[in-house]
Amino acid sequence: MTEVLIEADRIERQYWRDLWRFRELFFFLVWRDLLVRYKQTVVGVSWSLIRPFLTMVVLTVVFGKLGKMPADGLPYPLLVFCGMLPWQFFSTAITESGNSLVSNANMISKVYFPRLVITVSSVMTSFVDFLISAIFLVALMMWYRFIPPIQVLWLPFLVMLALGASLGVGLWIAALMVEYRDFRFIVPFIVQFGLYLSPVGFQSSLVPQQFRLLYSLNPMVGIIDGFRWSLLGGRAPFYWQGLVISVIEVASLTVSGIWYFRRTERTFADVI
Amino acid sequence: MSETTEVAISIENVGKRYTIGHQRSSDDGMRHAIESALRAPRSWLRARHQKNTKKVDFWALRNVSAQIKHGEIVGIIGRNGAGKSTLLKVLSRITIPTEGRMRINGRIASLLEVGTGFHPELTGRENVFLNGAILGMSRAEIVRKFDEIVEFSEIEEFLDTPVKRYSSGMYVRLAFSVAAHLDPEILIVDEVLAVGDSSFQKKCLAKIASYAQAGRTVLFVSHNPDAVRTLCQRGIWLKNGHLYRDGKADEIIEDYFNDIAIEKCQSLSNTEYGLSIQKVLLRDERGQESSRFFPGDDLVVEVHYDAQKRIENPIFALGVVGKNGSCFASNMLLDGHRPRFLEGTGTLTCTFKSVPLLPQDYSVKLGVKAETVSDTIVAYQEVAYFTIAGDLAEYGYKGAFETHARYSTAVVVPYEWRLPDGSTVAVSLNRQAPVLSGWER
Repeated sequence: MTEVLIEADRIERQYWRDLWRFRELFFFLVWRDLLVRYKQTVVGVSWSLIRPFLTMVVLTVVFGKLGKMPADGLPYPLLVFCGMLPWQFFSTAITESGNSLVSNANMISKVYFPRLVITVSSVMTSFVDFLISAIFLVALMMWYRFIPPIQVLWLPFLVMLALGASLGVGLWIAALMVEYRDFRFIVPFIVQFGLYLSPVGFQSSLVPQQFRLLYSLNPMVGIIDGFRWSLLGGRAPFYWQGLVISVIEVASLTVSGIWYFRRTERTFADVI
Repeated sequence: MSETTEVAISIENVGKRYTIGHQRSSDDGMRHAIESALRAPRSWLRARHQKNTKKVDFWALRNVSAQIKHGEIVGIIGRNGAGKSTLLKVLSRITIPTEGRMRINGRIASLLEVGTGFHPELTGRENVFLNGAILGMSRAEIVRKFDEIVEFSEIEEFLDTPVKRYSSGMYVRLAFSVAAHLDPEILIVDEVLAVGDSSFQKKCLAKIASYAQAGRTVLFVSHNPDAVRTLCQRGIWLKNGHLYRDGKADEIIEDYFNDIAIEKCQSLSNTEYGLSIQKVLLRDERGQESSRFFPGDDLVVEVHYDAQKRIENPIFALGVVGKNGSCFASNMLLDGHRPRFLEGTGTLTCTFKSVPLLPQDYSVKLGVKAETVSDTIVAYQEVAYFTIAGDLAEYGYKGAFETHARYSTAVVVPYEWRLPDGSTVAVSLNRQAPVLSGWER
């Protein structure tokens, strides 16, 4: 028989066991979010293809055609899309997971389960979108008859890195949002400016060499550059320092995110 | 079984503190804040500062200790704000206690609300899976019990309709059905039966009762004392966050009713007319104060008043109300008899003769009107509570009829059947002659 001990001011030991017990809930919440999203829409799931496609067109026109940014001999739409893939994942993930606790407030105040399930599953939902967009990228590559270089083998690692960044930032924002609804206004800012501060519509090799390290402090810089490098190669040498900074940042964000989330989780029901 | 495993839930000095005023009030709004800041910057800053530093601690629960054994069905009663919900929230691990500790042995499921996590856009079928998973069921478990759940809910034909198109009754049916099939060792239920129509409520109560019979542990919070009495052997009475009484459910509920009645009467006064109702007592035919009667007993309602000013020709009205509404009443407006005046303290009694009520819980309502009729001195409200005790089976209500009788019309006037063969059967509710048994012949 399982015994549960609940004591004031002590993190319950059975937390991780509970997380395992509720493992199927991850799946159910992702399934719910996906199912609900396209209910009562006419074109349904196609939206997750139309959205990135239109963004790609706009960014290609603005940066490639009007801004005449260098493309290193690569098709500009491809260049843009490789940057957009991780960026869109990151931005939707932090938006969705940031709101996840507040929008499921009734569940939090009425039922017990590890709250980590809610936030992690909303990151997973965004990850499904990411995978759908990835299919679009494959189609785009076939259209341009482009074959990725050998470093494409690095891609799984880079995907994990993007996942870690989304999770780390998402956990922080979700937990902070419970008490400080200010983040409801802050997150759209991050998403809006981040698009221009990260090398989504252009390549980071455009950044002057002396500012490159400073620029790489944005964890998404290393990730986006990495995506582009592994998928497209390119003439410019890969800026490894940026990726290393990203890895360190993502690791500390994720660990501290889980720590902060766990610390505040016990009072979510009282504060929300 | 050893001593420790016999205990399902052990609560040791549990307390829960909330800090009030910690969150800034949101209804002020940003605009208001900016406006007042512009008008009077200094006082605004000061006010804000004070507001932020002023935190009031409030103990929703303090020093609560109890041990609940496996197989016990415990009813938790108390007024609003007594800490019932907080206790359940702490027990179901939604929030952690500020002090003390609890030990829970066995698989626990709590039902603080039906339909938690139901999504309006999803269909009934989809919501069964979602809700089941939220309550802690595995996918395989839900698949296995799916047919049972649907059957219990009685909404088969709407299973593929989004629940936003459901009536509230259908919604509750489906939601409770999922929860009812959780199959935990320890079940915590809060007020969920306050919703839904009465026949479904009955079904839910029966389901909970079946848990009890299967040897499960149930913690039950309800404002429906009859349900607590029917289901529970033990009662825990919370008052202002403290455990006030712990004992046999029957006794605790009776005392609880008396407690409410006393407090209620304290508010029964009218300063304009100078009249206050000090207490309302219920007595049996021998003049003994009681809140327990048997069918066919006389019920004496004794109203103690204090009239500081002379009141001419007041109109008193008394009514007996059961869970299905008013049963009978005595109203001076209708019968025409009324005191010529009230002055000083005094009593006024009304005896209801051989009360033809079935064993259930009832309340007595009292209202006082002025001579002009249009003026209310004391608004018509509940002032006392009583129970008609007795075993329904004694009156012929057996098996399924017993449950029917509990929730059906309370008043049974004496009646007589004349059957096609010419035989007659006289039926009346009388403790001495349980007549309905005559049907068995």
